[in-house]
Amino acid sequence: MRLRLVPEETNWDFFRRAKATFGASMVLVVASIALFLVMGLNLGIDFRGGTTIRTESHSAVDVGEYRDALQALELGDISITEVFDPTFDADQHVAQVRIQAQEGEESVTAETVAEVEAALQEVDPTITFPSVESVGPKVSGELIQTAIIAVLLAIGAVLFYIWLRFEWQFSLGAVAALIHDVILTIGIFSILQIQFDLAIIAALLTIVGYSLNDTVVVFDRVRENLIKYKTKPLKEVMNLSINETLSRTVMTSGTTLIALIALLVLGGDVIRGFVFAMTWGVVVGTYSSVFVASNILLWLGTKRDWSKPDKTEGNQFANVDA
Amino acid sequence: MLHIPLWKRVVIFGLVALGLLFAMPNLFYSRVEQHNDAVSAIEAQGATPEREAAAGVWPSWLPSTLVNLGLDLRGGAHLLAEVQVEDVYEERMNGYWPEVRDALREVRDEVGTIRRQDSEPGVLRVRISRPEGMATALEVVRALARPVVSLSGAGSNDIEVAGQGDEIVVQLTDAERRATDNRTLQQSLEIIRRRVDEVGTREPTIQRQGEDRILIQVPGIGSADELKELIGTTAKLTFHPVVRRTSEPPDNPGARNVAYPSMDEEGVWYVLEETPVVSGEELTDAQPAFDQNGSPSVTFRFNPSGGRKFGQYTAENVGSLFAIVLDEEVISAPQIREAIPGGSGQITGSFSVEESTQLAVLLRAGALPAEMTFLEERTIGPELGADSIEAGKIACIVAFVAVLVFMGLSYGWFGLLANVALILNIGMIFGLLSAIGATLTLPGIAGIVLTIGMAVDANVLVFERIREELKTARGPSRAIELGYEKALSAILDANITTFITATILFLMGSGPVRGFAVTLGLGILTSVFTAVFVTRALIVIWFDRRRPKTIEV
Repeated sequence: MRLRLVPEETNWDFFRRAKATFGASMVLVVASIALFLVMGLNLGIDFRGGTTIRTESHSAVDVGEYRDALQALELGDISITEVFDPTFDADQHVAQVRIQAQEGEESVTAETVAEVEAALQEVDPTITFPSVESVGPKVSGELIQTAIIAVLLAIGAVLFYIWLRFEWQFSLGAVAALIHDVILTIGIFSILQIQFDLAIIAALLTIVGYSLNDTVVVFDRVRENLIKYKTKPLKEVMNLSINETLSRTVMTSGTTLIALIALLVLGGDVIRGFVFAMTWGVVVGTYSSVFVASNILLWLGTKRDWSKPDKTEGNQFANVDA
Repeated sequence: MLHIPLWKRVVIFGLVALGLLFAMPNLFYSRVEQHNDAVSAIEAQGATPEREAAAGVWPSWLPSTLVNLGLDLRGGAHLLAEVQVEDVYEERMNGYWPEVRDALREVRDEVGTIRRQDSEPGVLRVRISRPEGMATALEVVRALARPVVSLSGAGSNDIEVAGQGDEIVVQLTDAERRATDNRTLQQSLEIIRRRVDEVGTREPTIQRQGEDRILIQVPGIGSADELKELIGTTAKLTFHPVVRRTSEPPDNPGARNVAYPSMDEEGVWYVLEETPVVSGEELTDAQPAFDQNGSPSVTFRFNPSGGRKFGQYTAENVGSLFAIVLDEEVISAPQIREAIPGGSGQITGSFSVEESTQLAVLLRAGALPAEMTFLEERTIGPELGADSIEAGKIACIVAFVAVLVFMGLSYGWFGLLANVALILNIGMIFGLLSAIGATLTLPGIAGIVLTIGMAVDANVLVFERIREELKTARGPSRAIELGYEKALSAILDANITTFITATILFLMGSGPVRGFAVTLGLGILTSVFTAVFVTRALIVIWFDRRRPKTIEV
């Protein structure tokens, strides 16, 4: 007996509800942008400067008491969050204290950090500080710029590569899908107010890569079938291609999700945001390659006469044999 | 039909074996680390029985490179410093003032009296009382300009001289500023490196970043503060007359005397006069050289005032010792053989070439040339790093086992072959990481876990394709062949696009993010290699042996 997540032969019509699925995607994209504009991202110190101090203690964290102790120091905006994680021991209580960038200083001075630590130690003598990180406003400004450039560059490079290997319509479809994924990820980070730092940018780029990976596999099959069935309507060719690759799509998303969920649960809280972004990205990336990329390709249409590039297309790499 | 020539099999499995060989030391991390530390200690300080024994815990003929652990996994401190390169412009202009003054005094008849004016930093303004002599004044000052010493700035002069009303405005040219910035950064790097090395931590990273920044990462240090203190202290260089040399720390060096230990000779102390003859601020250059007997030495040069003091002192004290002291440690205490006029001299001693080079570096290094501001500071405690490694390890194992089971259930025998490839794949990632000396960070571990999930993709593509071909193709061997052939373009396109994003991440990212890009990129390379070559070879070898009439994928 074999485990089959998808029946052996499927003949589902993925475009029957094209308007509904595509509409839903559009609504989500608009909602994400609105959420981003209204609530904003919970930017970490990487992007807005400031200091984060991780505290660890044997007694339970009392956020209110911590806050009272720090309020006296007049350091401006302070946020204190308790951190929970299944990998913690029973008497391991962790919190994260974030202090805004101080006026006129590049990074928070050692004295300020010492003051904060002393104030917290007064509240809880067993407290320790496993990590202290401080980023000046100058660097955080640059980091945000670099991050945006990196994401745009990745999208641009991919647009170019797909255009080179396929046709421009494929390229637009693929890029629309991955912009959809990136925006939806930003949306969920806005609504859940998960801290958005440098690592999340890495996750966004990975989502770009993964979403593409998925889209390209579908498109590759579309191209192959376009050559095979020269007269079949585009819609049928695309439906056939998606059905043929469905089993693979689900298998790969499945294994990737299994690995990511293991990391999400067991990997510790330090990279949880990062792993969460990727998990979310794999889900929306899989969805978008079928329902966004393919829909756009279908609407844009593509050339039907693939006879000329036939000779090389699809097997220009295929003469590599092992 | 299905066949892979013997030489190809040898190459494929040879590469796999090589990858695994390089990965293996990581299984014995602490033991190999002990070996490596001992080997470098023997190299630096000579062999002792304990070090030999420590080096012996790992056979020397096996590879001994390990995956470096990033700061977030090992704990330590990270600093991003910006060097205030403008400080040096100011200093340079101050240095120019006496020369400009002396030059203008010689043409006093034409320019009248001269006076230095207050001005913005890095600019020298001199007012002359007879503006009509400006042309002469400019000519005289311009004659002081020296050519820029750098490759890109060749052909231009170091100062720019202009007249504004009755003021002469002197400042560094752009070419000279660039050259100066470079030197300042180079010098700062040298000093920081030397100071960090003093602490003797393993694999510190000290890198120039961009125009005027320095990234410093030191694993194992307590906090960023400690690190700041270490590199922030000024390297103070002084030259003292030696009172006497002793073999133990003297209880009472005497009035206005100090006792400093020797840097190289263990247990040797020097009692010195407290007031230095000259100090390092007056040193302009130091270079390794050879003396007239051909033995390694260090030549140095003082600025005019330092030269005068030094010349006078050496003339009066031929035959006695004088000590070169760096931060309360005696670097060397050579004998004055003759008077040293002209502000330059040579330090000879029982140096090796390396030692003389190092001494020159130290002398030049001296104090930090410019102040630094710290833009980014991070301290990660070792326990947090250890927790992260532990969590990452468990997550890796769970992810790994789950994917293995899932593949086995889905594809049966073929799934098991893919699993073998997956195991080899992870081994090869670690082998490559070790071989290129990459750094593993926490996001890097996530990259490996992600690779575990995605690596099967290429195999899944092939297996799904074989399944399809089995429905139409003539016989299993043809189906396998077609499966590989047709899946290849999808595999390559899909992986190249992901590889593009990994490359961009690597180029644009920093620190931990870069670690992620490295494992992701390497993971793509090894997973394509294992899927396209290794699994295929395994399937072909199995097929050749069994010759099954039907296969089930």
